Amino acid sequence: MTIAPVCFTPILQHETVQMAHGAGGRLSQSLMQRVFMPHIHNPFLDLLDDQAKLDLPPGRAAFTTDTYVVSPVFFPGGNIGELAVNGTVNDLAVGGAKPLYLSAGFVLEEGFLLAELETIVKSMAEAACRAGVMIVTGDTKVVGKGQRDRIFINTSGIGIIREGVNLSCRNLKVGDSIILSGTVGDHGMAIMTSREGLSFQSRITSDCAALNGMIGSILDEVPLAIHAMRDPTRGGVAATLNELAVSSSVGIEINETTILVKPDVRGACELLGIDPLHVANEGKLVMAVAADKVQTVLDVMRTFDLGRDAVIIGSVVDDHPGMVVMRTVYGSRRIIDLPLGEQLPRIC
Amino acid sequence: MKFIDEYRDPQLARKFLDEIRRTTTRHWTIMEICGGQTHSIIRNGIDQLLPESIELVHGPGCPVCVTPLESIERALAIASRKEVIFTSFGDMLRVPGNSKDLFMARSEGGDVRILFSPLDALQIARDNPTKEVVFFAVGFETTAPANAMAVWQAAREGIKNFSVLVSQVMVPPAMRAILLSPGNRVQGFLAAGHVCAVMGYEEYEPVAHEFNVPVVPTGFEPVDLLAGILRTVELLEEGRAEVVNCYGRVVSREGNLAAKQTISKVFEVTDRQWRGIGLIPLSGLGLRAEYAHFDAEKKFDLTHIRAAESLLCMSGSVLQGILKPDACPAFSRECTPEHPLGATMVSSEGACAAYYNYHRNFDVS
Repeated sequence: MTIAPVCFTPILQHETVQMAHGAGGRLSQSLMQRVFMPHIHNPFLDLLDDQAKLDLPPGRAAFTTDTYVVSPVFFPGGNIGELAVNGTVNDLAVGGAKPLYLSAGFVLEEGFLLAELETIVKSMAEAACRAGVMIVTGDTKVVGKGQRDRIFINTSGIGIIREGVNLSCRNLKVGDSIILSGTVGDHGMAIMTSREGLSFQSRITSDCAALNGMIGSILDEVPLAIHAMRDPTRGGVAATLNELAVSSSVGIEINETTILVKPDVRGACELLGIDPLHVANEGKLVMAVAADKVQTVLDVMRTFDLGRDAVIIGSVVDDHPGMVVMRTVYGSRRIIDLPLGEQLPRIC
Repeated sequence: MKFIDEYRDPQLARKFLDEIRRTTTRHWTIMEICGGQTHSIIRNGIDQLLPESIELVHGPGCPVCVTPLESIERALAIASRKEVIFTSFGDMLRVPGNSKDLFMARSEGGDVRILFSPLDALQIARDNPTKEVVFFAVGFETTAPANAMAVWQAAREGIKNFSVLVSQVMVPPAMRAILLSPGNRVQGFLAAGHVCAVMGYEEYEPVAHEFNVPVVPTGFEPVDLLAGILRTVELLEEGRAEVVNCYGRVVSREGNLAAKQTISKVFEVTDRQWRGIGLIPLSGLGLRAEYAHFDAEKKFDLTHIRAAESLLCMSGSVLQGILKPDACPAFSRECTPEHPLGATMVSSEGACAAYYNYHRNFDVS
């Protein structure tokens, strides 16, 4: 019997993420060349230096960071990569900044499919292109199987704040109108209904989108009339309104009849016993606007798909400072509270 | 949305309110039994819209609230065992035991999972034959059929690594306990529509006659609740202690026979402790002897676990309609959702949570 010689050359064409992909060696390079560089390239990243060297335009810089751990990684209407770009772009934009540059840090679980990683990277590139930002630096680490859930992404972002714009959650003035850009609860319920263990199917899709285009147009038109802007992500519109009321020591009164919820989202919330106002959004905007400019703002918003359903949901009042109160469809009033934590489906 | 919007119609609600005002000639105290109804009433501000002479008091129908502290402690002890996957409805995870809740048990390494159905726990048991899968079978007659079905199915398939920690309770014995209490003020009941969907309403007829109180099964939407309140007021004004069904689209007199059969196949009536209230004889369900090997209390040695209630917490009085949540000295002070003294402050069906979330420190008028 003859034994064939065995050649111990490393396999560079893996189908899944290996520990060596994060070790800085040839497999790391292969991961860059095969998965990241075909999709994300620009003059800063292509130099492959340890840092991006940026010339920032004049003005105050806004800087933000967020880490994305969403599960499932792919959900109706998007994936973790798109979310990581849009979320950080939105965090810059609601501060009145024009988003310019992002970093992207990946923590990958050993065994994660490279094809899935590539899909995520591709949609990050597309989302960045749509939002007009560049991903200029990045990092990849691999952790052992079971130490993380498939993939986590951190993105940080830098933008330049427009001259004269001063948006802050402390700026609400009594008499301001509160505008909401559209339906509530789409993202959170898309995630919840696509998780394993829920045996009903829905057509709910995430509203994940970059808001900087619409925000830019609003600020072009009425830069001084906007007192505060927030994207109501975790904790939903309820949490955002509470933060604004507390930070500015004012009351906010909203009207139940004005809150829009898509029928599927409402149905899922009804089934699970969850208030849509507590559910996360990823492409919505809440604003406090000087009352005399509110129609102009609505007119601008309604020229965008993302702001087509924009509506005044309430106003800033001097009663009950730090508290959000809703006038119900029956004419009674109740507090809109911060959710305590994780939304828990009830027993019956 | 069909089957929802028509029962939330503000104009219809106003019509019922007008009719309630016209019908009422004196003060009446009505208890809604179910915590889901309490939340709907407080959330929609129905209590603000009723005439002052109609007083709603809130009943014990919150499964999370009445699950005894000892059961929570036993759940925590089971959940912390390495070989166990502990499964539960989500609402139970935030209920405080003596020193922690099931969320904390999970953060300490316990495999605690939120499920939507006990039958999902059975699937986890099939998929994890080397693990002991335990389901926290709490609730009123609403959860009993599915919990019984899971046990029955496990027995049929011979699944050995599945068990249930049972704390099933029933509505009629609680109504009797409330009516027998010296502080009772309840003159009429709104019965819980979903409990009646399973059990029917014939079992309320003896209660109505014996204690001379009208009982009106109804639903959870504002129009359902207002229709139920109007019917109760009419019965009270006419002095008729009857059971009148206001939830005809869901409830029949005899209930869901298949569900009732499944319950009685697996469970038998037993004494049960109610958190804050104490022992109510023959007020709960326990596994029948032939299903005893699915009883987590027997599978794991838990008899040594004893627990004492907080002396500050007055949830027992709240659950019996004797005390309004915001009349409790600890409400919104020592007791908040972040630091609850009792389960009524954290459950999504708890009366204290409803008052805290929707009314606290705020004049709604």
